[in-house]
Amino acid sequence: MNQPNTDALPITVRNVTKTYGPVYALDDVSIDVESGEFLTLLGPSGSGKTTLLMVLAGFTRPDCGSLKFGDTEVIRTPPHLRDLGMTFQSYALFPHMTVEGNVGYPLKLRKRPKAEIAERVARALDTVQLGGFGERRIDQLSGGQRQRVAVARAIVFEPRILLMDEPLSALDKKLRDQMQIELRHLHEQLGMTTVYVTHDQREALTMSDRIAVVNHGRIMQLATPRDLYERPANRFVADFIGESTFLDVTRSGDTLAWNGVPLKLGHHAVPDAPKLQLMIRPERIVLRDGPSEGFNTFDATATDVVYQGDSYLLHARLNDGSQIALRGAMRGTAALPEEGQAVTLGLAPEDTVVIDASAE
Amino acid sequence: MQAQSEPLNAAGLRRDGLIERLSLFGLASPAMLLILVILVVPVGWLFYVSFMGADGSFSLENYERMIDRKSYRRIFGTTFQVSFLTTGLCIMIGYPLAYFMSQLPDRLANIALITVLLPFWTSLLVRTYAWLVLLQKQGLVNNWAISLGLWEEPIKMVHNMTGTLIGMVHIMLPFLILPVYGSMRAINRDLMKAASNLGAHPRRAFWDVFFPLTMPGLSAGALMVFILCLGFFVTPAVLGGGKVIMVSMKIVSNIELFVNWGAASALGVVLLVMTMIILWIASRFLKLENIAGGGH
Repeated sequence: MNQPNTDALPITVRNVTKTYGPVYALDDVSIDVESGEFLTLLGPSGSGKTTLLMVLAGFTRPDCGSLKFGDTEVIRTPPHLRDLGMTFQSYALFPHMTVEGNVGYPLKLRKRPKAEIAERVARALDTVQLGGFGERRIDQLSGGQRQRVAVARAIVFEPRILLMDEPLSALDKKLRDQMQIELRHLHEQLGMTTVYVTHDQREALTMSDRIAVVNHGRIMQLATPRDLYERPANRFVADFIGESTFLDVTRSGDTLAWNGVPLKLGHHAVPDAPKLQLMIRPERIVLRDGPSEGFNTFDATATDVVYQGDSYLLHARLNDGSQIALRGAMRGTAALPEEGQAVTLGLAPEDTVVIDASAE
Repeated sequence: MQAQSEPLNAAGLRRDGLIERLSLFGLASPAMLLILVILVVPVGWLFYVSFMGADGSFSLENYERMIDRKSYRRIFGTTFQVSFLTTGLCIMIGYPLAYFMSQLPDRLANIALITVLLPFWTSLLVRTYAWLVLLQKQGLVNNWAISLGLWEEPIKMVHNMTGTLIGMVHIMLPFLILPVYGSMRAINRDLMKAASNLGAHPRRAFWDVFFPLTMPGLSAGALMVFILCLGFFVTPAVLGGGKVIMVSMKIVSNIELFVNWGAASALGVVLLVMTMIILWIASRFLKLENIAGGGH
């Protein structure tokens, strides 16, 4: 188990639809998860991300569509024959079995010899740093330890695909941060194709190779964390990931302008859409001393300044009345602007991101 | 500066604690008095009377009679037989029913629960006589079965063991279903999904995961049914037609026919002791608070 899994399987989802009455939990979803990839389904509650995971696991029967693990069609395969590892939000550890009993259960079902089970259980528990916990009862474990047992049980039979349903949502923040890194390492170590569900964008950005943002049963964008954050495909993704201010932008020929002022743009493509908006991340816009060459500048009035330890948050009002937020790093002697003070804000061309705002 | 004297407010806080405990005891004392008057005193009296001979002096004859006479042994045998069979039938009928109810959506489950509880609100006697009407030779069941061609001659279903069991099972069923249902509802549904995901066929998942987790509720329910059966009177008296004689009925006849309070008391004591022994054995294997708590 300690060498990378060479035979991880890709997952191919094609045109999967699931309705509950008039509600589309999944609306014609197609997605390719590459072999060995860590892919996160990210979305608000009720977006359909969990439904999609349940379709992968076989617990939810879709209305139509195709699901392949590798080359094998599995859409009609019952869950117990799918051979997937899975962790549940509630951990779903069997309370009447010991840690060893839980982790050994999938091997027992596969009729492995007793000695082999004992050895592989011990190895799986070592992998999640719970060596020596085999005899414990589940109710003697803390939340973090239960989480580890759940992971050990999901990987002990070396499945080629691992599904995780909000595995860290019940843990406190510090433990969650630590487990994120550990799960990431575990994935690098084991190399199985992993589909991870969360509603926590930071968790998704931290852990994933790619993120699929889900809303209203549809995939809004599937991209690497960096692309998702810096080049959101639409207003929903831009809103959902990180904070931003949006300003309406007009187009005349090749030039884009805000409030009559033409914008200097970087090298990336501007979407071809009827309604465009400028997306400004608070940490990408900066305070300038005055109009500066090479920057898009905005004159504004500071309305609120908040000191936050490692940084400060400045709210300012632009000439046209729209509000904008700026986050700056705090350094020893930096003077913060005062409320009511006139400030000049600068945005570098490569941070000047225009998004398609016509569709949600 | 107070290093030698009492820590701050310690004496006052200690007194507050004492007063609180005393007042709690004071609040509980009426209930304890009530238990003493209606439970401890009568049982003590029963105990005392059971050691009184026919002539009013101390004697073991009431207990010796139980050992000497075959009829008494038969009565205890019948009592245990009826109790065992009723418990077994209740499990066979009640467990699947509780399972079905536990899988229903909340609203339907509540309706099902009310229908299970409904008999509780009808008089025991009425329910028992209703069975008499239904099951007798010219009763509804026989008439329908014959007209449907299920059997030709009327079958004797009352005034025997069959009738007794039908009536007993009907009355005891809710006592089994409620704790079993409670323990089933308490099972996290993800557990069955997890078992299935790990490779367990649904049948295997049921026996490996679901069934063991319902054991506390099932054993609590079965124990309750069994113990209630041991001392049951009305139903076997009416539906047994004198052919199924249980301990409780012998107690009644001892008093009503023979006015022998000593013999009746001794039977009561033996029944009580047996129940306590069963509870003691059971308590070594399961948590008795489950009986009251409905599975948790």
